[in-house]
Amino acid sequence: MTKTLNTVDSTRRNLLKGGAAAAVVTLAPGVTLQTVHAAVTGPATSAKRWGMLIDANAPEGVWDLAVDACKAEQGWGKDEKDANPATDPQWIRKVTIKDPKTGAKANLPVMCQHCANPPCVDVCPTGASMKRADGIVLVDKHICIGCRYCMMACPYACRSFVHEDMHGQRPHMPRGKGTVEACTMCVHRVDMGQKPACVEALNKAGSNAIMFGDLNDQNSDISRAVSKYVTQRIRADLGVEPGVHYRGI
Amino acid sequence: MRSASRILSLTILGFVLVAFGIGSGLLAAPAQAGEVPLPKPAKAFKGEQCVEPVSVMRRNHYEFLKHQRDETLREGIRGKKYSLNQCIDCHAVTSPDVAGGKVRTLKPFCSECHSYAAVSIDCFQCHNGAVQPGIGPQAALPADHDQMVKDKALIATLENHLAVPSKHGGSAQ
Repeated sequence: MTKTLNTVDSTRRNLLKGGAAAAVVTLAPGVTLQTVHAAVTGPATSAKRWGMLIDANAPEGVWDLAVDACKAEQGWGKDEKDANPATDPQWIRKVTIKDPKTGAKANLPVMCQHCANPPCVDVCPTGASMKRADGIVLVDKHICIGCRYCMMACPYACRSFVHEDMHGQRPHMPRGKGTVEACTMCVHRVDMGQKPACVEALNKAGSNAIMFGDLNDQNSDISRAVSKYVTQRIRADLGVEPGVHYRGI
Repeated sequence: MRSASRILSLTILGFVLVAFGIGSGLLAAPAQAGEVPLPKPAKAFKGEQCVEPVSVMRRNHYEFLKHQRDETLREGIRGKKYSLNQCIDCHAVTSPDVAGGKVRTLKPFCSECHSYAAVSIDCFQCHNGAVQPGIGPQAALPADHDQMVKDKALIATLENHLAVPSKHGGSAQ
């Protein structure tokens, strides 16, 4: 699968498409075609490792902001009167945890943890469940058959199955009945150099409760924070190496 | 004996005549009904020049889109020449059949030929084929678009020069 997808299509068309390394392509003696570089992003490389740091000590209200921003950006979620909580997709949710001994409570958002060793990718029978080179875990809905094996494999219960016909999808986020979906870490925004929608919404509200950045870059804010504070990853004992870190749980 | 053979030959002749009559009737029927009308895809909402010459797009648009979808999703390569959102930008038009003509969608453009050619793939069960107001252009034209238009004649010449015989045979229209 990987080989097929990475194979360079060496037809003449690639010469004409632009984006080739050479500025001038010689097609025949005396015939050259000048290519102009378009604003092309990617390919994603393993030099980056996108991650998040979530501060569970942040005021409880901010998580609703994050969930609402995700719904608005990605087009999931319904009005309460139409909702069917048992089956509706849920890309990010607010979870309340309580220490039974002390009674201490904390709230935290849980979404796809973008594992370095994602069990959902291991079990996928078609290769639809995939991890990008920069650590973002996605579903290729073009080849997802909706078997939901990944949903069973995910230790964080972060994937959802679309049970109903979809209408009014966002242009950057195709969604369809019969496929599995989850947090994409707003890959369409990240590729354009922006932050995920939840992070941006919190920043706008003056909160830094979710930090986003490159964990491989020693100078990024998130790397500094992760090296400065004690952080946890949920079920770190499983060895799936999530890209989402938490403080205060 | 003689009359028996005569009866037999007459019977055979009768069968032949009847068979010819039925056959000619069947052959004549489609000619009377006429052919399925050729598709008339809607004219683009904006722009006169697609990212490739029309004949190339007609023959290969699905190859471009399929190749690029894998690059985009799996490798994060965005902003290259072919994009479904860019199709929507130019080719989405209003039609009385869709939402009472209030939204621009790709349906009138795509479904014309797809239904004619019995193509069952439907991108728009998942992708939203409608222009969504309030979010600005859904895809900017590629940075090399202007240059490309200037090079249109050159590219067309090269395309024709380099064109290999199509395995799909005669293209539509």
